[in-house]
Amino acid sequence: MPAFLLNRFMQSAVLLVIVSIIGFTVLNLIPGGPMSQYALDPGMTQEDMNRLAEQLGLNRPIWVQYLEWVWRLLHGDWGTSFRDGAPVLTVISRHIFATLLLMGSSTVIAIAVGTWIGIRGATHRYSIFDYTATVGAMIALSIPTFWFGLVGIYVFSLQLGWLPAGNMYTIGDGSVLNYLHHLIMPSVVLALVHIAIWSRYMRTATLDVISQEFVKTARAKGVSERRVLMKHVVGNALLPMITLAGVQLPAILTGALVTETVFTWPGMGRLFLDSLGYSDYPVVMGLLMFSAVLTIAGNLIADIVVALVDPRIRLA
Amino acid sequence: MTTLTADQAQSHWWQSRVMRRFRSHRLALLGLCMISLLTLACVIGPYLLPYDSLYIDLRARFAPPFSGDHYLGTDPLGRDVAARLLMAGRISLLVGFSAMILATMVGTVVGVIAGYRGGWISAVLMRIVDGFLSYPSIFLLLALAAVLKPSPMMITVIIAVTGWMEVARIVEAEVRSLKEREFVLAGRMLGLSRMHIMFREILPNVTGPIIVAATLTVARAILLEAYISFLGFGIQPPLPSWGNMLNGAQQYLASAPWLAIIPGIAITIAVSSFNFIGDGLRDALDVRNDTV
Repeated sequence: MPAFLLNRFMQSAVLLVIVSIIGFTVLNLIPGGPMSQYALDPGMTQEDMNRLAEQLGLNRPIWVQYLEWVWRLLHGDWGTSFRDGAPVLTVISRHIFATLLLMGSSTVIAIAVGTWIGIRGATHRYSIFDYTATVGAMIALSIPTFWFGLVGIYVFSLQLGWLPAGNMYTIGDGSVLNYLHHLIMPSVVLALVHIAIWSRYMRTATLDVISQEFVKTARAKGVSERRVLMKHVVGNALLPMITLAGVQLPAILTGALVTETVFTWPGMGRLFLDSLGYSDYPVVMGLLMFSAVLTIAGNLIADIVVALVDPRIRLA
Repeated sequence: MTTLTADQAQSHWWQSRVMRRFRSHRLALLGLCMISLLTLACVIGPYLLPYDSLYIDLRARFAPPFSGDHYLGTDPLGRDVAARLLMAGRISLLVGFSAMILATMVGTVVGVIAGYRGGWISAVLMRIVDGFLSYPSIFLLLALAAVLKPSPMMITVIIAVTGWMEVARIVEAEVRSLKEREFVLAGRMLGLSRMHIMFREILPNVTGPIIVAATLTVARAILLEAYISFLGFGIQPPLPSWGNMLNGAQQYLASAPWLAIIPGIAITIAVSSFNFIGDGLRDALDVRNDTV
């Protein structure tokens, strides 16, 4: 186990270096590069810019600049927002709860529904249910999330009036029920694609487990079909799903950004888009790096959890 | 010479079997029909419609679909939605297709080199692949689209930049297993150059998986273009794309829902067609693949 852990940590560290290089490249593509804030000021002369570049150390070799940038990131200095002067990490932390809430609830929905569809598809293979689920998943993967959100708003908010069309809560009403009421539609919209992915993988994983010897043994011993499914099949089929949850993290973040935009949900995605609109590049860069670090951490945690649960991986 | 003819005979037989299997895949055929019709409509449709996609008629704003000459209604400027939808289709399909070609080329080259060379070259290339995959694609896309000039060409390039990794992974895995085969050893003993072995001997054997991945990449590229154009950072008006037609649609959702619904259906049809075709090709070419 220690060797496995060390190996995985090393991989994540290498990945962080690569990710930071990609991020630094994007940073330098911004007009004015790290000085974009000053470049926007019309009163700036070329002379002022040169002096600033000197002060900020931008005339030094690119690799020195890169190392300094990484050094600052490591020390929690992610720059300050152009918009309100707050540190970037503070700005992100103000929006992270809303995004985590949305991602969490939609992941719960996706796992619950996707697992059920996947198992039923595997136990009733080539049935009408299975075929519908397969085709349905492919169509669900083809629907743009934002469009699904718009149709949802049209049907459930504008026509039926059942659900709010946006925002996280009604101003002046901080009750949990009010939050939940606002949470329903965005989480279902965000969950759609992930139900599709989850159910396909779950179907494959269940089919893999069902054909294994220990399931046959359990059946031969006269264990009821339901118990075989619940105790032996589902548990083992869910194992690879933990890894999938980690791998799917960037896709969920992508979906969250779009969903938040449609439902004016005050999360990181909405913040990213607003910051782009205001050319608030420190926050944009901060969110870009933050999302990548989140993904790497998520994958690492998923792998460690799988290793803890499944002794076969630890020993291998 | 004899080996060449044998190869040809074999590939013809192989092709016909693939074609037979593809033809029996009803969903894939449906996808092929849908995307062919859609493409045809986008190419010749604008010439047949009574209105130009840029013709503004402020007396006919918000005309609902199926009323009068405007088959799919009009937008807030009184422009014909049907004409705009078909012109937008040209752009969205072209961007999606071009991005796929670019992404597939980059992914293939990286995959072949990483798979064949192995060692530290492979380690570095594949970690770069992992690095790109660590970013949520839309974050990277939006950041790039916002800082670079969002011309259709640039949008195509940045969609390709965020979409070449899947192909690279698939090709790398295939090449890594193929390079141990006898024909590669034979090529080396004949003194063929590394480039020749990689791209002339091994690559043709990876065509199947590449075609499947490329088909699914088109689907992905069309979706991504729709996402960033919807958010206002993709294709810029007055050039229409399916994504930017939806850009302003949310504020008119109550009064003119067709503005939101129609382009979304076009995107869904186009993307699901490519997903269906990809699924059919995967079965027909017998490609083992974990992705959905």
